[in-house]
Amino acid sequence: MEPGKGPSKAARMVGNTGPRPTRPVRPTTPEAAADAPEATVPVKRRKRVLVEPEPSAAAELAELVENPTEEGWLDFARRRLSGDYGVDDFGFDPELTDRVFLAMARPLYRSWFRVETTGLENVPSESGALVVANHSGTIALDSIMAQVALHDEHPAHRHLRMLGANLVFQTPFVGEIARKAGHTLACHPDAERLLSAGELVGVWPEGFKGIGKPFSQRYKLQRFGRGGFVSAALRTGAPIIPTAIVGAEEIYPMVGNASVVARILGLPYFPITPTFPWLGPLGLVPLPSKWLIHFGEPIPTDHYPPGAADDPMIVFNLTDQVREQIQQSLYRLLVKRPSAFS
Amino acid sequence: MGRTVLVTGVSRYLGGRMAALLAADPGISSVIGVDVVVPDSPISGTEFVRADIRNPVIAKVMGEAGVDTVVHMGVIATPKQAGGRSTMKEINVIGTMQLLAACQRTSSVRSVVVKSTAAVYGSGPKDPAKFTEDMEPKHTPSSGWAKDSVEVETYVRGFARRRPDVTVTTLRFASFIGPRVQTATGAYFSLPVIPTVLGFDPRMQFIHEDDGLEAIRCAVLRPRRGTYNIAGDGVLLLSQAIRRTRRATIAVPRLFFSTVGRSLGTTGLADFSPEAVRHLTYGRGLDTTAMRQILGFEPTWTSEEAFMQFLRRDDAREVAVA
Repeated sequence: MEPGKGPSKAARMVGNTGPRPTRPVRPTTPEAAADAPEATVPVKRRKRVLVEPEPSAAAELAELVENPTEEGWLDFARRRLSGDYGVDDFGFDPELTDRVFLAMARPLYRSWFRVETTGLENVPSESGALVVANHSGTIALDSIMAQVALHDEHPAHRHLRMLGANLVFQTPFVGEIARKAGHTLACHPDAERLLSAGELVGVWPEGFKGIGKPFSQRYKLQRFGRGGFVSAALRTGAPIIPTAIVGAEEIYPMVGNASVVARILGLPYFPITPTFPWLGPLGLVPLPSKWLIHFGEPIPTDHYPPGAADDPMIVFNLTDQVREQIQQSLYRLLVKRPSAFS
Repeated sequence: MGRTVLVTGVSRYLGGRMAALLAADPGISSVIGVDVVVPDSPISGTEFVRADIRNPVIAKVMGEAGVDTVVHMGVIATPKQAGGRSTMKEINVIGTMQLLAACQRTSSVRSVVVKSTAAVYGSGPKDPAKFTEDMEPKHTPSSGWAKDSVEVETYVRGFARRRPDVTVTTLRFASFIGPRVQTATGAYFSLPVIPTVLGFDPRMQFIHEDDGLEAIRCAVLRPRRGTYNIAGDGVLLLSQAIRRTRRATIAVPRLFFSTVGRSLGTTGLADFSPEAVRHLTYGRGLDTTAMRQILGFEPTWTSEEAFMQFLRRDDAREVAVA
């Protein structure tokens, strides 16, 4: 049985990229499983995965169809279609997030960017905390990868509730998905509400300045907004976890910004990369850079006197401290990474 | 001596039921119901006075009866209920001004309860997930019922300043829904094909009709100064609510939404005014901490349960007009 197990598991992990025909291989009798040609299939497939992320996502979905975890896929679909599920006050739909959104992002996390996450012991398992990270990559895949990291790799499978710009919530589909995935508008009341409810909140204080910066400025932290996130943490006494994400800078190297087009479309920037818009939709495929995410040592905020949130000096100093810590962490990770695509 | 309560808007469903509910209370000796039109059936325990609150005659009614509590439920939500937008605005705004003027003149008045709406918060992408009563709207309503309600609240605040001895309570309700009440929200969910805004899935909150009336009763019996959000717990996404109705849905780009909506709902109360469309695009959530802690009111039904009660209504045709 031992030789039979190998290929079938590998087939499940990476092999289902192709059309259905390989399917019957799985529930096989020992002699079919031990069949030599079959055993070579996954090896070939592994290469293909590196070039095509989408089929791999399809494989994960197929995986869900074939191997439902808690309930049958059909029951799940039926329940979804009858509206029989819960969302929280922010519109967060944990079930949809777990079974669809994260399942779609996971192949990207595991196979495409090969993300390595460290420092998860710095993220609390139950209480609220504020994850503050650098922002880059033209499209906010870094936030999605951080969400996957905290859900999949943290022992408590924590959901990261991010705070986004209002542009996110006024854009059709984007805003809808963001709310369902647990994110909300970056504003004091929402940040404090989530933190006091013991949620893990994610902020990207560089905002569009960070995500839309030219490739030449990679890994240089931009200005950290007005430090609103720090006062939210101070008000609720939640620790700040400075987080560094390396790898997102190389996925869509932004070599130019078509500012006229951006203004017409009402966007903060319109990226020009070596592949976009020249290759059309193909230019949307991110480059397979190697990613490292490190959750740094928490900065406590509960020892400040009451009213600290309204003291601009404390807020500015704390903001600088967080920024400095993320920048140092970025340099350390960059040294650790042999090359951008290794 | 028991109290004397005046209720406006009694010829519509909620006002009528409110008057009957208060009349049944042992602490209240008499209830005067006021409306422009005569109610379809007499309201038990209530003395009906046909009077237009847009007319100063209301002050006379109040003075003669020695009214101590005024429950203002006369603000109309849709033009169809009033017979045109200009009449609606006049009833809502001028009516409230006249009513408050009468209250100011009547020395016996001790408390005023105003039924307002959460629509005063507006609706938009810059909104926080939940509004508390002290928050200013991020997107100030610019039309219709919501704008009227903003103006009504302004006059109510003005009155509260001029008569500090009167306890003024403003209740901002989430969408009323339930087995009997007929509202624009209910009408929307009763359309044969329900239009939604393409790419948006707003959060909706509801208050069951019985809970809503109970909240007003609570404010009448134990007057508490201030403004309170009233809503059932939790939220329901629009998509989720529609799936539960088991009706067909059509996603329409926002640009054509109100046109399509109006053509689908030519009869009935379904509202596709700009403000209603904003609500169906961005949704809204209310924080109800003050309702619990200060007003001391606890709704029986959550938003979801209220909506399910609405779906279980026996016969849509027997519904009285709210």
